[in-house]
Amino acid sequence: MIRSELVQKIADENPHLYQRDVERIVSTIFDSITQAMADGNRVELRGFGAFSVKKRDARTGRNPRTGESVAVEEKHVPFFKTGKLLRDRLNGG
Amino acid sequence: MMGKTLTRMDLSEAVFSEVGLSRNESAELVESVLKHLSDALVAGENVKISSFGTFSVRNKNARIGRNPKTGEEVPILPRRVLTFRPSHLMKERVAAGNRR
Repeated sequence: MIRSELVQKIADENPHLYQRDVERIVSTIFDSITQAMADGNRVELRGFGAFSVKKRDARTGRNPRTGESVAVEEKHVPFFKTGKLLRDRLNGG
Repeated sequence: MMGKTLTRMDLSEAVFSEVGLSRNESAELVESVLKHLSDALVAGENVKISSFGTFSVRNKNARIGRNPKTGEEVPILPRRVLTFRPSHLMKERVAAGNRR
């Protein structure tokens, strides 16, 4: 399923909404999650999962082609952990 | 800086203020988005949300695990796990936002 198919499903269930409003609703939801993580917060959606930010320490990396050492700065990466209900449902629960 | 945990309520509040639907309907729409995502994944589909990321379902084979405390062997049954791969845009926004 891709974004436009998700929008279509929601639009089909809500005939009183304009398609462009459904698009805004879907965008607002995903954008709020990204923004929360950019602000250093986590988003916990019970039954679905939790989005959080993990810190990766600075390290010395290597250019795999030349073997040259390069300093890699500390960075923060998005992380998702599947919720219990969804994990169980994926396994026939 | 690390602190707040947002929930469904914060997402529906965002929909409420962005789109101008009632609070109730905003909450229902958030729920419905999560339901469609979950249903597609449970059906074994991958879900690709452009500029957000991709959720994929992977099959794991059975293997012998070990209880690290007791050293006891425990069978781990084959199972399906969900992985999320953030989009480049998300990675950039999260990295930039958390840079001091």
